[in-house]
Amino acid sequence: MSKLVITDLHVTVDTEDGPKEILKGVTLTIKEGETHAIMGPNGSGKSTLAYSIAGHPKYTITGGSVTLDGQDVLSLSVDERARAGLFLAMQYPVEVPGVSVSNFLRTAKTAIDGEAPKLRTWVKDVNGALERLNLDPSFGTRSVNEGFSGGEKKRHEIAQLELLDPKVAVLDETDSGLDIDALKIVAEGVNRFREREGKGVLLITHYTRILRYIEPDYVHVFVDGKVAESGGKELADQLEAEGYDRYLSAAR
Amino acid sequence: MTVTTDSVRSALEQEPAPAKVESHLHPAGSFDVADHEVPTGREEIWRFTPLKRLKGLHADAEFMRSATSCTWNTPEGVRIEGVSGDEARALRGLSGLVPNTRWAARVLAEVPASLLIDVPADTEVPEPIVVDLDGEDVSVTEAGHVAMRFGAHSKAIVVLNHTGSSTIAAVVEIAVGDGADVTVVSIQDWADDAVHLSHHQARVGRDATYKHAAISFGGDLVRMDANVTYDGPGGSAELLGLYFADAGQHIEHRIFADHTAPRTKSHAVYKGALQGEKAHTVWVGNVLIRKVAEGIETYEENRNLVLTDGCQADSIPNLEIETGEIEGAGHASATARFDDNQLFYLQSRGVSEQEAQRLVVHGFFNDLIRQVGVPSIEDRLLTTVEAELAKNVLKDVGSLAAFGSDD
Repeated sequence: MSKLVITDLHVTVDTEDGPKEILKGVTLTIKEGETHAIMGPNGSGKSTLAYSIAGHPKYTITGGSVTLDGQDVLSLSVDERARAGLFLAMQYPVEVPGVSVSNFLRTAKTAIDGEAPKLRTWVKDVNGALERLNLDPSFGTRSVNEGFSGGEKKRHEIAQLELLDPKVAVLDETDSGLDIDALKIVAEGVNRFREREGKGVLLITHYTRILRYIEPDYVHVFVDGKVAESGGKELADQLEAEGYDRYLSAAR
Repeated sequence: MTVTTDSVRSALEQEPAPAKVESHLHPAGSFDVADHEVPTGREEIWRFTPLKRLKGLHADAEFMRSATSCTWNTPEGVRIEGVSGDEARALRGLSGLVPNTRWAARVLAEVPASLLIDVPADTEVPEPIVVDLDGEDVSVTEAGHVAMRFGAHSKAIVVLNHTGSSTIAAVVEIAVGDGADVTVVSIQDWADDAVHLSHHQARVGRDATYKHAAISFGGDLVRMDANVTYDGPGGSAELLGLYFADAGQHIEHRIFADHTAPRTKSHAVYKGALQGEKAHTVWVGNVLIRKVAEGIETYEENRNLVLTDGCQADSIPNLEIETGEIEGAGHASATARFDDNQLFYLQSRGVSEQEAQRLVVHGFFNDLIRQVGVPSIEDRLLTTVEAELAKNVLKDVGSLAAFGSDD
């Protein structure tokens, strides 16, 4: 059973003019088997939510709580959160020169499971995951994210999602910068993950496009650091037609 | 920082190049010891080096009977032996070296014997020639001369492997014949108290390929000047360096690619890591493009990774240009701590902070170790990097499984 509960989360980021509040009381519950889409205009704090859940040091939690299956996530280090079952697919995956993808994947899998994966099945699993995401097997010898195209970076994130098998995946604008073919491949990967038992997905996106391929159970409109409105997938259709203007003028 | 050919050209237009090289970076050379004053430490070429710790090697320390054992293998077709008398004297200046320091002039004038590595023309040496130099007494100040002669179209790898405790000044002269393909690796894996002052001078023949790798881990003070000149057009030099300085260590690497012939290439990559109080590294990259050296290409790069507080990394690329008619010239230098975003990315995949740091450092050095291109020492270099990391970054964790078998 997996359940991510975010309660009245307040987050600040340090700026030259002192701390600035980005998240202003976010409350959200993602139960197992559910996919929640968070949609919102630029600068609404969507990515801050993703990075705060993952524990990026740039963000300071000033109030509220995040729990995963009852465990206090905010008291854990970044790696402990990952080992507890959280996964963040990043909008801008980071280059790690000289570290091969295969070494990286094996090191991560070993860390998550607490033991090294069995070599024979692991090689098969990795090759399978790469193949399903239309990544050449030689991908494993390349340095992590170095020289990857935008699409390769995102597909590599989803390959990690498949292999590391978290409880809850937070996908931060995984659809941005993808052409339609790459978007489909990525969406299929996410859908394979959703079919697994008891997984939760928090899908952060600026566009409705990806929701044609990954059907959410709930849609939340995120404006000015909090959830402005929640609904079913029909809310996405409404946003597609009307845009965010209504919420933005209300926020002003 | 990168200099492009365009910016180089515009600089040239403002200031016409002198006909003769008059540069404070390159004092005039002489074989006569009396022509060289004892350095004070204020000279450009000495200003980073803590002279007091050299035990007089830079000045007039007695060159005593050696306490450093020297052994080697002799692959088929290669002559390696200690030579003395007229034969040794004839080898002095083999590389075109005209000493521009007192100590190097003293080595050429005073050291009675040379270690000669002689590879005949057209000989492809099947395995690396490995010379082990193992110091046994740090209180003995000593000096050595090594002469490597590679015939035209020969192919060979030489590894100079320094271990133990020594206080040693060494001149290594390398003559790379036309069309030859030569790799010289010098590993400074000294004990903590060693003092090593060295000058490696190579002359690269027409269309020859020369690779020099300087790898420094140990020693109290290690300073190496790795220089190259060209004996004809088309020669190519790759100057690689890897160093890891611990608390109190001074590791100084200087290179000088002197483009003395047209259409020659030089490519330098030096990477270092520093950890611990008063760990000090110096990299000075000198490139001179002479008027005759049209159509050359040069690029030099130095990167330093600062692992703890209290370290100092000096990094100075110098590019002197007397002709703008070149293919390209550039340099880059960067000194930084761990990148928080890299660590965050790795940690967000469950990898602990220490393991993430270890991955980043291994990654930092991996490409370079591969570029050295000597498989028989790759594992050893990776292991040594690992041992260095264990001193600080990883001192609280045991060995984790995932390393060393990077596929």
